[in-house]
Amino acid sequence: MTATRTPSPPGPTRPVRRLGDRVFAGSARGAGILILVILAGVAAFLVAEAVPAITAPAEEIPGGEGLTAYIAPLVFGTLLAALIALVVATPLAVAIALFITHFAPRRLAQGLGYLVDLLAAIPSIVYGFWGISWLAPKMVPFYRWLEDNLGFIPFFAGPTSATGRTMLTAGLVLAIMILPIISAISREVFLQVPTLHKEAALALGATRWEMIKMAVIPYGKSGIIGGSMLGLGRALGETLAVTLVLSVSGGITFNLISSGNPATIAANIALQFPESTGIAVNTLIASGLALFVITLVVNMLARWIVNRRADFSGAN
Amino acid sequence: MATQTPTPVSTAADAVEPAAGRLPRWAPWACFAGAAAVAAGLELLGDFNIALFVVYAVVLGTLALYLASRVTEGRRKATDRLVTAVVTSAFGIAMVPLVALVWEVVGRGIVRFDGEFFGSSLVGIIGEGGGAYHAIFGTLIITALTTLISVPIGLMTAIYLVEYARGRLKRAITFFVDVMTGIPSIVAGLFAYALFVLFFGPGVRLGIMGAVALSVLMIPVVVRSAEEVLKLVPNELREAAYALGVPKWRTIVKVVIPTAIAGLGTGVTLAIARVVGETAPLLVTVGITNATNFDPFDGRMATLPVYAYYQLTQPGVPPEYAIDRAWTAALLLIMLVMGLNVVARLISRFFAPKTGR
Repeated sequence: MTATRTPSPPGPTRPVRRLGDRVFAGSARGAGILILVILAGVAAFLVAEAVPAITAPAEEIPGGEGLTAYIAPLVFGTLLAALIALVVATPLAVAIALFITHFAPRRLAQGLGYLVDLLAAIPSIVYGFWGISWLAPKMVPFYRWLEDNLGFIPFFAGPTSATGRTMLTAGLVLAIMILPIISAISREVFLQVPTLHKEAALALGATRWEMIKMAVIPYGKSGIIGGSMLGLGRALGETLAVTLVLSVSGGITFNLISSGNPATIAANIALQFPESTGIAVNTLIASGLALFVITLVVNMLARWIVNRRADFSGAN
Repeated sequence: MATQTPTPVSTAADAVEPAAGRLPRWAPWACFAGAAAVAAGLELLGDFNIALFVVYAVVLGTLALYLASRVTEGRRKATDRLVTAVVTSAFGIAMVPLVALVWEVVGRGIVRFDGEFFGSSLVGIIGEGGGAYHAIFGTLIITALTTLISVPIGLMTAIYLVEYARGRLKRAITFFVDVMTGIPSIVAGLFAYALFVLFFGPGVRLGIMGAVALSVLMIPVVVRSAEEVLKLVPNELREAAYALGVPKWRTIVKVVIPTAIAGLGTGVTLAIARVVGETAPLLVTVGITNATNFDPFDGRMATLPVYAYYQLTQPGVPPEYAIDRAWTAALLLIMLVMGLNVVARLISRFFAPKTGR
């Protein structure tokens, strides 16, 4: 759209290279390259500090069974919590995006969108506070009901946690936190659906829902997928909300409503790091490295999906 | 927004002429009012529970509307109404946590929202009293340092991407800035720790480490928003400046940036709002202290989010006073973040260039 450089003059006259230009262009370029260096630095320093834990003998790692045994339940917990969040948040976020772009009164739409965006502005720790004191106790009767009626499904085997600080609660809090991300990106693609597509559907006699099903959803599919993967990336790395809400006792379990839950990587670091010394710190950094790699892969995949649509400007 | 506006709602309604009859305009309201009455009746039989009441009313109302529409207007129109109801409820569901959260935090945080909270630190405080003076200043200092590091780097990168870069390097930087937005905050904290450990030895805790960690999170946000804004500056302005013989760097400094200044201000403010409530990176880099420390290059500092975290999780005996302080800190955090968001919108509204975007 915007051609950003001056067209080079034809002929032999070369543009004057001023000192100010060179300094300015150089520092701008330097800043850009610095960002790549920082990202590489994040990986490099994490690896450097993780190496002692990777090379250490198994019995020196906290837990005494080696690094893999230490990280495995954490990875499991991280994936489980993020997956719950994703399953809950994606349909809700898409519905909200549809509501704001196609159903809400036009005059109100922008304000309602701003309300949803406010959810993204609330700090993670405040979600944790709210999760402990409001959501978790309110979920207990619901969990009791699940245990009584759906207890045969391993997810809801119980016994129900008395505090409600369970994996399912943590997943729900995460779902609320990633909701605005997914819905913002879905909203953006839904607004970019060509008006002609929509009018064509309506002209053929489609109802509003049929128009959305035929024109909007197919066009916005990559945006929805990319957005939910960005949300997944966010959910994987969320720290304080999970640290506060989840009552942790290690071990791999699919039981979502009992008081024994695996920690997530991020929550475990936040819980253990301030009191750790020596090899324990290196172990935690190694688990952080694992988290970094997981989120990096998820985010790169998400960006790739979102950017594949050339005319879509991406998240903001 | 909106070079492309969604089709007016009325078009959708007009285009679909129902085959059979058509429900009157008041039908949805009637359905939901009836459902609310039934739900109230159901609730009165047992204990009255406001949440269950709303759920019953919405579900029953939706069902009633669907059936009524199905009978009079046919299957397709009925599905349309069903989807409308579902989608609207989805929005309602999303508002529940927002309202509940703000209500809860304000209700519990207001207890200690007093002069002492802002005026005193935690030195020598056991139980009642005490405040977050040290944590508030810690947050201000570290956030200021973060801004000082991030804004120049982020802004210059955005300028590079918009004004200079092309080809592979541009694509690489754009892609990795996007990827960088997704770095988990705790990993940014571990990075800062791993970096400083090399120079200061294990167990180091410094305010500046927190600023470095937060910068990793803030830089990509600044780059993205600044890039979007700089792209909006009309190319004619640049060409006019070049035609007058102004060097490129002066064009950027004197023409491009002043034109985009409102958007840049908005972007930076939102980026600050993004990092001011971050807890995890500060937890592992800055730690916590009860005393006031204004020097980010010397030892631990208290910051508002970490303060809130420790006051809630390690309240001491008796616990209630520390827990009250924690909620007030959380309230203050929300006010900070929302205040910054409002400021950002005001900047973009009042300082926007008069181009009629």
